[in-house]
Amino acid sequence: MSEPLIEMYNITFAYPGASRPVFEDFNFQLLPEQHIGLVGPNGCGKTTLLHLIMGLLKPQAGRIVIFGQEVSNERDFVAVRQKVGLLFQNADDQLFCPTVLEDVAFGPLNQGKAPAEAMQIARETMERLGLHGFEDRVTYKLSGGEKKLVSLATVLAMRPQLLLLDEPSTGLDEQTKHRLMHILMDLEIAYMIVSHESDFLSYTTHECLHVHGHCCKPE
Amino acid sequence: MSAIAEPFSEGASLAHRLDPRAKLVVAGIFAVQMAVAHTYVAALTGLVLSLICLALARLPLKKVLVRLLVVNSFICFLWVILPLTYPGEAVWRFGPLAASRQGLIFTGLITLKSNAIIIALIALVATVPVITIGQAMHNLRFPNKLCHLLLFTYRYLYVIEEEYHRLVQAMKIRGFRPGTNLHTYRSYANLAAMLLVLSYDRADRVFQAMRCRGFHGCFYSLRTFSWQRRDGIFVVASVLVLMILLFLEWRMPSFLARI
Repeated sequence: MSEPLIEMYNITFAYPGASRPVFEDFNFQLLPEQHIGLVGPNGCGKTTLLHLIMGLLKPQAGRIVIFGQEVSNERDFVAVRQKVGLLFQNADDQLFCPTVLEDVAFGPLNQGKAPAEAMQIARETMERLGLHGFEDRVTYKLSGGEKKLVSLATVLAMRPQLLLLDEPSTGLDEQTKHRLMHILMDLEIAYMIVSHESDFLSYTTHECLHVHGHCCKPE
Repeated sequence: MSAIAEPFSEGASLAHRLDPRAKLVVAGIFAVQMAVAHTYVAALTGLVLSLICLALARLPLKKVLVRLLVVNSFICFLWVILPLTYPGEAVWRFGPLAASRQGLIFTGLITLKSNAIIIALIALVATVPVITIGQAMHNLRFPNKLCHLLLFTYRYLYVIEEEYHRLVQAMKIRGFRPGTNLHTYRSYANLAAMLLVLSYDRADRVFQAMRCRGFHGCFYSLRTFSWQRRDGIFVVASVLVLMILLFLEWRMPSFLARI
């Protein structure tokens, strides 16, 4: 069997000032080509799990191994972020450049691509997501659905090997939701989706896991 | 969506088509020169020059006047206070109060100078979209922090305004009606504090999202500017005009004294 993409061993994490930890002795594995849905009540730690994987939060105890490499400090996670994409819950947090093209090209530029190449990648990614003609649109003037798709483009433009999506379908109309479903189903990389919408998950994922304090269990 | 409407930024006039970098630099130098001017000749010439720029920009006159009205309402306060407090020869008395000739002259000069600067900025800077101003500043090697402060402010002012309206609506639907009482002040203080906290959290999340996309403290601009012949002509003409202004300011009084 191939090597897991993500391994988490005995993770303990508590938010400062919280009475009890979100995760205690938590173990988790994600295998290649898996499409997983993460479900659970509010506050059970779904978003926290994604942020731990990206190194935005640091566990108080435990080991995280990503792509076979143990990651612990900021430098390790900088490398992780080149290969793992995270789509934030709120698109307004993700889109900060004045124009769509600049925002989509931001990641590739950070990866050290030349401006011309970064623009090329950005255009291709947008084309793939059906966002042709959005290049010079101003990010804050987009509709909610457009913002979500552009955010996805900004993440995919970095050509990640694994995608983490935090409630991607929330607040989208049916049409945009369907578009997003098809985009996800066509992806050839592993992904995990945090969502409360079981319909959406049943189309886009193979398996839904319930997030608990110690592990993620199939429903 | 009313926070930063940019009514002047779109247009096809000569002033709109000039290179934003040239306009920014010229407007900046002109503003400094006007701010330090202390003769009526220089101030009046500056006002005429800025009016010429305004004419070239062909902006909707009504909107320009409204904007000038806002600026001049502040200057009204100066007309009330300065003549009465500036020491000098009294030309008008009202009980214990006396308006001085020097005070009136000085206030007049300030009025001319501020209007000249505002009109020039409307014609040269307001005709550039805010985004382009940021990119042009970046291109002109302004400090990175300054450029990004401008761009981020512009980007998130809308979001913060939206958050503000949401909070205000939430207050209204629960029957809040502002009045002159402690409850109102306390509610507004809570509103301001909440807005601050929300913005802080927002900034945190934006930074996280940027880090997830490999941000390491360095921005890259994709915007390229193309310098046209008309930009060269504009800059050369502006330099000449600004030098004349300099001459008027420093040489004219002694020149006039000699003849």
